[in-house]
Amino acid sequence: MPAMFEYAPAPESRAVVDIKPAYGLFIDGELVDSLDGTPFKSVNPATEEVLTEVVAAGPQDVDRAVAAARRAYDDVWSQLPGRERAKYLFRIARLVQERSRELAVLESIDNGKPIRESRDVDLPLVAAHFFYYAGWADKLGYAGFGVDPKPLGVAGQVIPWNFPLLMLAWKIAPALATGNTVVLKPAETTPLTALAFAEICQQADLPPGVVNIITGAGDTGRALVEHAGVDKVAFTGSTEVGRAIAKSVAGTRKKLTLELGGKAANVVFEDAPLDQAVEGIVNGIFFNQGHVCCAGSRLLVQESVADEVLASLKRRLGTLRLGDPLDKNTDIGAINSAEQLAKIRMLSEVGEQEGAERWTAPCELPDRGFWFPPTVFTGVTQAHRIAREEVFGPVLSVLTFRTPAEAVEKANNTPYGLSAGVWTEKGSRILWMAQKLRAGVVWANTFNRFDPTSPFGGYKESGYGREGGRHGLGGYLDV
Amino acid sequence: MADVTSTNEALRRFLHGLPGVDQVGADARAAGLGTRSIKSTAKAFALDLAVRMVDLTTLEGADTAGKVRALCAKARRPDPSDPGCPSVAAVCVYGDLAPIAVESLRGSGVATAAVATAFPSGRASLEVKLADTKAAVAAGVQEIDMVIDRGAFLSGRYLDVHDEIVAVKEACGPAHLKVILETGELVTYDNVRRASWLAMLAGADFVKTSTGKVQPAATLPVTLVMLEAVRDFHATTGRAVGVKAAGGIRSAKDAIRYLVVVNETVGDDWLTPERFRFGASTLLNDLLMQRQKLATGHYAGPDYFTLD
Repeated sequence: MPAMFEYAPAPESRAVVDIKPAYGLFIDGELVDSLDGTPFKSVNPATEEVLTEVVAAGPQDVDRAVAAARRAYDDVWSQLPGRERAKYLFRIARLVQERSRELAVLESIDNGKPIRESRDVDLPLVAAHFFYYAGWADKLGYAGFGVDPKPLGVAGQVIPWNFPLLMLAWKIAPALATGNTVVLKPAETTPLTALAFAEICQQADLPPGVVNIITGAGDTGRALVEHAGVDKVAFTGSTEVGRAIAKSVAGTRKKLTLELGGKAANVVFEDAPLDQAVEGIVNGIFFNQGHVCCAGSRLLVQESVADEVLASLKRRLGTLRLGDPLDKNTDIGAINSAEQLAKIRMLSEVGEQEGAERWTAPCELPDRGFWFPPTVFTGVTQAHRIAREEVFGPVLSVLTFRTPAEAVEKANNTPYGLSAGVWTEKGSRILWMAQKLRAGVVWANTFNRFDPTSPFGGYKESGYGREGGRHGLGGYLDV
Repeated sequence: MADVTSTNEALRRFLHGLPGVDQVGADARAAGLGTRSIKSTAKAFALDLAVRMVDLTTLEGADTAGKVRALCAKARRPDPSDPGCPSVAAVCVYGDLAPIAVESLRGSGVATAAVATAFPSGRASLEVKLADTKAAVAAGVQEIDMVIDRGAFLSGRYLDVHDEIVAVKEACGPAHLKVILETGELVTYDNVRRASWLAMLAGADFVKTSTGKVQPAATLPVTLVMLEAVRDFHATTGRAVGVKAAGGIRSAKDAIRYLVVVNETVGDDWLTPERFRFGASTLLNDLLMQRQKLATGHYAGPDYFTLD
């Protein structure tokens, strides 16, 4: 009999996914070969195993995809009444649900995120987004944008690798509901679920060209964003790339929404429900390996409870299970790419050099793949780089404060403004803080909670425009 | 710690000064832990452990001496077809049947527990409650399950509840005292945490969720909150208090969820019958059935397991 309760491995079966040796591009309703692209490999970040070969679409491919989207917009999609578009979206939502196990496994293999999260968080939200925007498609006249708001045309959408399928849903669902057609480029390290989504579009009998998916890296994205045939650009990703996109779009008729980085403050007051606050801190920064733009990467804890909270947090981090993303008991999966791992390591070293104290959760790292253990920096000040720059990894910086006013000041003292968290049992303080915090989302006694009905987006360098909710429609309508 | 129980006001201030419990967050945490996937060796370990943690219970007005004897026989050898199957932790009966249980379990290593203090309502005078307790202890039980005065607790008379527990603990002598909070009647998680601390301050050896006579009885989040209180109490005072989840836990799957919560909240040290118990009667047969399934690869029908 084992001395303690050691969970035996419980791996999810890979047999439910069928990864082809190579993929083309999804243009005009068909998976086609690239005209001028260059092939590259997609790897499993947990094992470094090559999964498949995909192609980085070249300018001619982009051109073809935009042209297909334009034709589909002019001839079919913009002509359909909202209720017809809704039917397609409902159909896609149901297909996503039917294939959710397969898609969750595929997402975990391609991205490195634990199956618990892809299965229990990502996929239900993906389906929910399609259902939600399907509901809006025939009610746009009641959304507060005038009686008959018009679509923009062709949307060029570029999404990141942290929530590949969820970000696809955030982009595609409102675009289609409002009558636009789409050319979407997934991130180069996570193209597989978008390509599986292409199959779903075919299964749903979506008219050819309404959704086009082109794989590739920065060059492909740039070609898409700069293409003259694109009417609307939507981007989620790094602030640096977002800035470049804003420049390239400036002075054109293109509309733009940007959802960029963040350095969110998670503010814990002394009267907070501490056990739940610790869970919220864990969920805030270690969810999805910290690959979350709204991650609560700056913990601001009131001095009077700082020691207690840190002790609880460290104890709790000792129970986190890091390892095989396909194991149903894994809490922390792999870092998405070698490049990202290098960046996390670099910023962590900078943190130490600047004098913050580094603490690492006691977990064994697998031999192969890209891994970084949950890490907490204490003794961090506002001047430290790890308190200012987005690490985009499982690294928490802990700062303290004495008064509510100081908490607000410190929380807002960042170039970013995507999200924030407040932990207190005092309702009046929650409302007071929510008024003062310059962040797109303020969570109270919870963190990293998403819902299709709730608008999401940021202030300052976290971007502009809102996705989700009724507000999310506005970005795709001529208003 | 002694001065917090000096007056009702001091005790109230202390209990209300404990960090609050956010219900949504506690529910979410319990639900998250409930999705742990327990397979093969871990499951075998968990099932055996759960059997060893069972307080096999009969608390009916219709209980007879024969029924208690049958239950005791089952407690000794839960699965007659499998000598490797461990005994349960204890048999829990009403005080008047305690002598029969004590007699039937002599030499088995299975403890006898009796409910006392006007179980399940707790509505009797202190004299009656103490007499109830002393009679059971005199009959030879090793464990007493008492109920708290929920009326006093809900009306803020914390010191009365405290003093009553202290008195019962004294009446217990060497017997272990499990204090039933009846969390279904306390309703809020804040109350559950306060009542847990209150019972621990008064000297409880165990805090127990429910009598099993009130719905909801044991739930995963309530047990989580109690375990957190136990963990914090241990960190503050160095004294380890056990937790007993009672009422409504019927399947092995449920029991394993509780063990996961124990494991990830207070850790290994609590994965023993000395520190964690299930108060249950129907749970045992499902545990036995799942044990056999693991050993043989197939399920035997319910008739292959003894009735209580």
